[in-house]
Amino acid sequence: MDIFSNGDWLPLSFAALMGLSMLIYAVLDGYDLGVGILMKRATNDEKDRMIGSIGPFWDANETWLVLGAGLLLVAFPKAHSIILSNLYLPVAIMLIGLMLRGVAFDFRAKAKTGHKNAWNNTFFAGSLITAVAQGYMLGAYILGFDKSIAAIAFSLMVGGCVAAGYCLIGACWLIMKTEGALQHKAIGWARVSLWGTMLAIALISISTPLVSERIFDKWFSFPNIVLLAPIPLVTATLVIALEVLLRQLPKPDDRWCWVPFVSTIGIFVLCFHGLAYSFYPYIVPDQLKITEAASAPESLMIILMGALVVLPVLISYTFLAYKIFHGKAKDLSYD
Amino acid sequence: MMELDPALLARIQFATNITFHILFPSITIALGWVLLFFKMRFNATKNEKWMEAYFFWTKIFALCFAMGVVSGITMSFQFGTNWPGFMETVGNIAGPLLAYEILTAFFLEATFLGIMLFGFSRVPAWMHNAATFLVAFGTTVSAFWILALNSWMQTPAGFEMRDGVAHATDWFQIVFNPSFPYRLTHMLLASGVTASFLVAGLSAYRWLRHDRTPAVMAALKTGVLTAAILIPLQIFTGDLHGLNTLQHQPQKVAAMEGLWETKNGAPLVLFALPNKETRQNDLAIEIPKLASLILTHEWDGELKGINAFENNHPPVAQVFWAFRVMVGTGLLMLAVSWSAVFFLWKRKDLVKPLAYAMVPMAFSGWVATVSGWYVTEIGRQPWLVTGVLKTADAISDTPAPIIGISLSMYLTVYAVLMTAFITTLFYMARKAGQVKKDPLTPASGQAVVEALD
Repeated sequence: MDIFSNGDWLPLSFAALMGLSMLIYAVLDGYDLGVGILMKRATNDEKDRMIGSIGPFWDANETWLVLGAGLLLVAFPKAHSIILSNLYLPVAIMLIGLMLRGVAFDFRAKAKTGHKNAWNNTFFAGSLITAVAQGYMLGAYILGFDKSIAAIAFSLMVGGCVAAGYCLIGACWLIMKTEGALQHKAIGWARVSLWGTMLAIALISISTPLVSERIFDKWFSFPNIVLLAPIPLVTATLVIALEVLLRQLPKPDDRWCWVPFVSTIGIFVLCFHGLAYSFYPYIVPDQLKITEAASAPESLMIILMGALVVLPVLISYTFLAYKIFHGKAKDLSYD
Repeated sequence: MMELDPALLARIQFATNITFHILFPSITIALGWVLLFFKMRFNATKNEKWMEAYFFWTKIFALCFAMGVVSGITMSFQFGTNWPGFMETVGNIAGPLLAYEILTAFFLEATFLGIMLFGFSRVPAWMHNAATFLVAFGTTVSAFWILALNSWMQTPAGFEMRDGVAHATDWFQIVFNPSFPYRLTHMLLASGVTASFLVAGLSAYRWLRHDRTPAVMAALKTGVLTAAILIPLQIFTGDLHGLNTLQHQPQKVAAMEGLWETKNGAPLVLFALPNKETRQNDLAIEIPKLASLILTHEWDGELKGINAFENNHPPVAQVFWAFRVMVGTGLLMLAVSWSAVFFLWKRKDLVKPLAYAMVPMAFSGWVATVSGWYVTEIGRQPWLVTGVLKTADAISDTPAPIIGISLSMYLTVYAVLMTAFITTLFYMARKAGQVKKDPLTPASGQAVVEALD
């Protein structure tokens, strides 16, 4: 294969690794950000239980963002500076959001009892700010960092859409991890946010080819259109199946409580795949290609060797953590 | 309107972020090992007091850890948003070091922290011990990589420049660059001292509130004794680190000593106001020849002054003062920890004046650590990477007002978080005392606490 002979395989594998981290981040931190946003609609006891369901995981979930951004930084420094200097304020706002929710998580349980409500609200606000800021960045990225009013409006809309997607996966996480009244509520939340998510997918899918001629050609030329068709078709099938299933949940003995979560992951994966396909081979849309932005091969090589050794270990202890805390969530306790 | 310099704002923002960030790792790196120690003591003695101390300090560890994680995420974005020139010039070296930190440390500590905090009743005892160990180990590994990178920026080695970009030639030399062993040891000990003063100070606070259970006393003794042992080691390491700096970055030492002119038999300046206009020290109080003796081990040894490094030296006053704050705080900590050891072991109990001194000194490690970092980081200026890249050349073209907005957001959030953090620490200490006195009805214990506030 020619990508191996000309040395491009190294930057491309890094782009793949980075994409994979971003996808894992969107799924994992997506569910705990979603739970944070949904907390606004829960009673106090339910809030404790919802926090209990994400408590052991949120910290490691956020680390995938550090890895994704870190790989962009170390493997594609040129792209990192173009992207981040264009997204300067949304990044700063997202970081503030992440900071607020991360510490609110601890303070809500440890600060004075009378302050718990304020920290709950901080947790909600931080989660929402983070989700919207991430969606805003996605929108701005799709538009190639256009700074017009229309572009800002579009990015804000994508911000709302990403928040809806996170609510969906958060609600599906709760369906899997909780029971009783809270689970019933979560089913309702999932059905509402499924609509938001559908709208989000439709909006991004329609506007992306319209704003970029290159992506339009890529999608609608033959044979690409035939090869790409399964992505929207499978996504639509999953969405419909999810809607049908949500109407029937909870089933006796809580059968299938995990299915909505897994289907939502499927939807996320397909969307991500569509985006990645559209932008390839660019790392900054229409400006900079993956191979042009990469660091020196010897530096990439030493990171890749490390990653190949460490990633399997990392994935196995992540599985261990999920296995230890599997089953319905309990209230958090240190002993 | 006043014209704001974007480079200065970006530097203030970076300094703000990294200063806030380092406060928390400087606690957690060592506190992780303290927790493991409590756990091991319990395993060996089966005395419940160790487990009680463990659970109390685990909660504080979790809080510090969360503060460290969220402020650390900010750091990882700063390079791209404010200092693109850094990664464009030395990314081939900084990149792998940062990547290894994320891969080998961040995930390890974050994942096992979940098991350590919430898995006590879900996993076998050996696995909980292992999780506690891996969290402590992960924080230390993280320090290893980030200090390798920082030391490389101070004393770069193992690379060559091709077309203005640094390329790695020898990874062993890059990681184990000349200042790395000293800086890593100095920082790990700094963390040990910071954490042990926090443990001692918060325990002294509980002692003052007549909460003197065996668990509190065990934590108090652990903190005090650790500090008393580590501070002399820290002074020794700091001295070695200073000699290493003299060899590789003599202009930094000249600024630390406030030495404007090269001199044989340079004095040790105890107090002075370095004046960059007249290039001399105002109101100086000096001990003749002592600086030469400490640094060259000869009474009349030659020390290079600022005049030997024209246009290539850091601002003198900031480095000079930061160094004195660090040393002064360190000596005060030495005196307090040794007195506390004396009272706790010879007189079998603390005395009130000492306990009152120890409460604010719970945070003395922060003062010493941060001022030490200011010495080394301001002392590296005008270079970002010594001899390779100047700070001014790495700046992004983000306009000053935008940096102003982000900087004021960070400052506001940090002020709120710092207030919340410190008040919560003391609140947790008070609550721990209350709950214990009324173990059967925690709800009423909570009511008492609310009434107390």
